[in-house]
Amino acid sequence: MSLRGTIERINGSLVVARFEAEPRIGDLVEVGKLGLMGEIVRLSGEEAFIQCYEATSGLKPGEPVIDTGKPLVAELGPGIMGTILDGVERSETKLWELTGPFITRGARILPLDRSKRWGFEPTVKQGDKVTGGDILGTVQETESFQHRILLPPGVEGTIEQISRGSFTVEEPIGTLKTATGPVELRLMHTWPVRRPRPFKERLPLSIPLVTGQRVIDTFFPVAKGGTASIPGGFGTGKTVMLQQISKWADADVIILIGCGERGNEMADVVAHFPELTDPRSGRRLIERTVIVANVSNMPVSAREASIYLGITLGEYYRDMGYDVAVMADSTSRWAEALRDISGRLEEIPAESGYPAYLSDRIAEIYERAGRVVTLGSGQRVGSLTLLGAVSPPGGDFSEPVTTHTLRYVGTFWALDQELAFRRHFPAINWLRSFSKYLEVASQWWSKYERNWDQVRAVALGLLEEAAEIEETARIIGEKALPDEQRLILLVAEMLREGFLVQSAFHEVDKFCEPEKQAALLKIIVDFYSLAEPLIRHGIPIEKVRELDIVPELMRLKEREGIKPIEEARIEMKRQIERLAKEYEVAPR
Amino acid sequence: MRLEEAGLVYKTTTEIKGPLLFVEGVRDVAYDEVVRITTPSGEEVLGTVLDVSRDWAMIQVFGETSGMDLNVGVRFTGEALRIPVSDELIGRVFSGSFRPLDGMPRPLSTDMRDVHGGVINPAARDVPSEFIQTGISAIDGMNSLVRGQKLPIFSESGLPHNQLAAQIARQATIPGKEEEFAIVFAAMGIKNEEAEFFREEFEKTGALNKAVMILNLADDPPIERIVTPRIAQTIAEYLAFDLDMHVLTIMTDMTNYAEALRSISIAREEIPTRKGYPGYLYSDLATIYERAGRIVGKKGSVTLMPILTMPGGDITHPVPDLTGYITEGQIILQRELALRGIYPPINVLPSLSRLMKDGIGEKTTRKDHADVSNQLYMAYAEGTRARGLVRIVGLVGLSERERTWLEFADQFEKRFVNQGPYENRTIEQTLNIAWDLLALLPEEDLIRVREAYIKEFHPRYRRAE
Ligand SMILES: Nc1ncnc2c1ncn2[C@@H]1O[C@H](COP(=O)(O)OP(=O)(O)OP(=O)(O)O)[C@@H](O)[C@H]1O
Ligand SMILES: [Mg+2]
Repeated sequence: MSLRGTIERINGSLVVARFEAEPRIGDLVEVGKLGLMGEIVRLSGEEAFIQCYEATSGLKPGEPVIDTGKPLVAELGPGIMGTILDGVERSETKLWELTGPFITRGARILPLDRSKRWGFEPTVKQGDKVTGGDILGTVQETESFQHRILLPPGVEGTIEQISRGSFTVEEPIGTLKTATGPVELRLMHTWPVRRPRPFKERLPLSIPLVTGQRVIDTFFPVAKGGTASIPGGFGTGKTVMLQQISKWADADVIILIGCGERGNEMADVVAHFPELTDPRSGRRLIERTVIVANVSNMPVSAREASIYLGITLGEYYRDMGYDVAVMADSTSRWAEALRDISGRLEEIPAESGYPAYLSDRIAEIYERAGRVVTLGSGQRVGSLTLLGAVSPPGGDFSEPVTTHTLRYVGTFWALDQELAFRRHFPAINWLRSFSKYLEVASQWWSKYERNWDQVRAVALGLLEEAAEIEETARIIGEKALPDEQRLILLVAEMLREGFLVQSAFHEVDKFCEPEKQAALLKIIVDFYSLAEPLIRHGIPIEKVRELDIVPELMRLKEREGIKPIEEARIEMKRQIERLAKEYEVAPR
Repeated sequence: MRLEEAGLVYKTTTEIKGPLLFVEGVRDVAYDEVVRITTPSGEEVLGTVLDVSRDWAMIQVFGETSGMDLNVGVRFTGEALRIPVSDELIGRVFSGSFRPLDGMPRPLSTDMRDVHGGVINPAARDVPSEFIQTGISAIDGMNSLVRGQKLPIFSESGLPHNQLAAQIARQATIPGKEEEFAIVFAAMGIKNEEAEFFREEFEKTGALNKAVMILNLADDPPIERIVTPRIAQTIAEYLAFDLDMHVLTIMTDMTNYAEALRSISIAREEIPTRKGYPGYLYSDLATIYERAGRIVGKKGSVTLMPILTMPGGDITHPVPDLTGYITEGQIILQRELALRGIYPPINVLPSLSRLMKDGIGEKTTRKDHADVSNQLYMAYAEGTRARGLVRIVGLVGLSERERTWLEFADQFEKRFVNQGPYENRTIEQTLNIAWDLLALLPEEDLIRVREAYIKEFHPRYRRAE
């Protein structure tokens, strides 16, 4: 069913139209002679308000509008993995081939390639009863990625026929007998991006997402199926962190949404991911990654849609039983797009011009994360972890997007400009950040370090204490502090430089395996327990600081594996004992 | 701009409000099309359609509206704002809306380009990675610029940002390749003498005949500033991606641009966000800044250096803030350093070049470059912290270590950051100065430098060789 209408008014990305009959909110429309993509966002009397996903220059009142009668959907099926898509799922690589290096308007590209054939291997057979979410078979989409073909949610019946072979996404692979008649089965189906994909049941979160980034895994972990937010002013390291996680996290699928950010950052991912391999599986990283790139100078409304597209893709892979991590960089640009459209609709603004429903929208987005039992028979489990960058104006965390996000996320990585200025990266402030998944992490970590909870708590405690001591030091000078406190400052420095600082660009340190994380943290904490009695017995702090082992402990992170840590432990004990002997103190 | 001779002239303006004109009874008008308005005195002013309905249009006027009355003649041209491009633009000087200012005729070309440009497809972008040597240590050593990057200078009035930009324009080269940059210079609301300074600078170095200047000065119509940077970027894109040139676009002052945008927004009664600026300031700035870059398969590049003055020196002000969120780093000038006689007064701590990592290293600069830079940052941060402490506890209150940091910070500013406006240091020289400074610190404090590099580049070991 398609409705015809005409343009009444154009105001930036907002187009007002009148239709011959009443259209529906959320319907996808083709606007003007160029057939630009748009979506109906509001109805008022005779008028339909359309947010247009492409630049509207040159449109005139009186030009035609066609309501397609369908909402904005994602096409789901083989052919997405490893690609770079715009906010409405057009392949940017294909756009480039079609229209050159500059994006032109009105280009029609169907998300999934209609001519490409995929080898389909059924896993159900004639006579099987299947319900929505069941796996019908598999397609080896890339060398290492197995695409599981799902029966779309809401369909059920008996397999009448199903064939193995080579199919395009549109060709029938079989038929299903349903209560309302036969239904053809295909490799692809569609799903409205704004509607969460259903699942059977939410599961408690029980496994951390291991990212290889120490400050995250050890101090502020996120669970598989959990949510995290990373707010920070410009240049504090949001993008680099999300890229690090995309590269090294132990997820099966990564969806990286560049929402209103830089074109070069997207190009960087496209250029570098194919060269990188997953340290665990040896798979090329690009084979598990989908990039949604709606950069800052692309139309604002498609930016708003891009987040929903990315999450919908994520849910689809989750439903196959995969662990998916979706990164949204930056949710602030999405919120601004929301504000822009709301402003043009002349809605009453709440804080900072954002619509009153901002908070609800943020909540809805983060609600789509989770670890679930998927639809379909059996107990297939998948997860979608959602990580969102927030770009607060002026780096001020009291603004609406940051504060509302904070209410809905499980982990909060607060970036700190001061740390960034001294090139302490990741610039995650250990006093302002939090994770609600510590219990989950604790269990998991106990296999690497029996006393993980305790070691972590001691380390964090020392860092907190050091922050307080520094306050005093700012007034009276470090020199005037008692040596016990100066030791805490020293150990805090060792924790910062030797553990928290982790360069994304260091060939070894860019990824730190859990075993090494645990060993590194332990050895620095142990250094404190060995040195502390010496100080108590009056050995001057300078003597402790001068120990050769001190810089060595700060360099262990750069050394491959944990053997150097074991060696350093022996050396550390030796040096401490020697110092104790020098002062005739019996070490503990 | 092409003069469209035909077309109806409407005399149905019903309201003039600040830079906006409301015209009724119009037909067949397109969103964003160019409008020509004839004032009572016979002058012609440009405008574009901001909002259009079946029978009325709202127009933003790029010239002065004061002096206009409701009898102005309004003619819709049916075209987007386009300029003719050809290699003959090189060496020319234009007004902020592309009127020739150099006494030469209007440029002609059959190749007309929409000043809004297109969006470079992210998939077609080539990651900028060619190191540009500016000869300025604080930039080359710690905030390296690469071809196709957008790196703004955040400054304050009275600071030598113009000198710095001119020095960069003068000295920028790719080591080993003696190609020069073509310069596109866009002025928005700056004083005549500042524009003159750039012109003379370009003239002195012979850059003028490889430059295009688009000048909207302080006494030119403010709203014209909306188009000025777009014209500049349209020319830059053409030179880079059609004529294979390496272009450096300098835009100053982006704060004046943003104020022009704000005045339109206020006249439209849009809901303001911070400091009266519209919510779309970020996206709007992005449509200018993101036109810099490289494209796969094209030889040329557009490197962008916008200059902006931070009102009240406030980096959280919307214009520097949103710029920083779009550009690939920022160079920050600081009054305090200038007062201490440091030129260029670059405060490296909040400065950043995000694309540095792709441009430096063994193949292009030197393998210790990244580590040295990181170490300088850390040491200087410690030094400035110690400096703050001195104010409270005095020099005697500092520990030995803190005193070393402090000494480092002083020397760093004097010997590394500070240099002459005509001093052109090679990257090798810059890194060697850096090592001389790092040698002031105990070796075990050089924790950010790989041990192998210490052994290879530290003056202590170099001398021993
Ligand atoms: N883990 C890291 N290791 C090394 N360098 C880092 C790290 N994180 C950030 N950086 C440095 O900081 C710079 C800025 O980081 P990034 O681009 O991630 O900031 P951002 O918070 O995304 O900023 P914006 O909001 O402007 O996009 C990087 O270009 C890099 O130089
Ligand atoms: Mg970023």
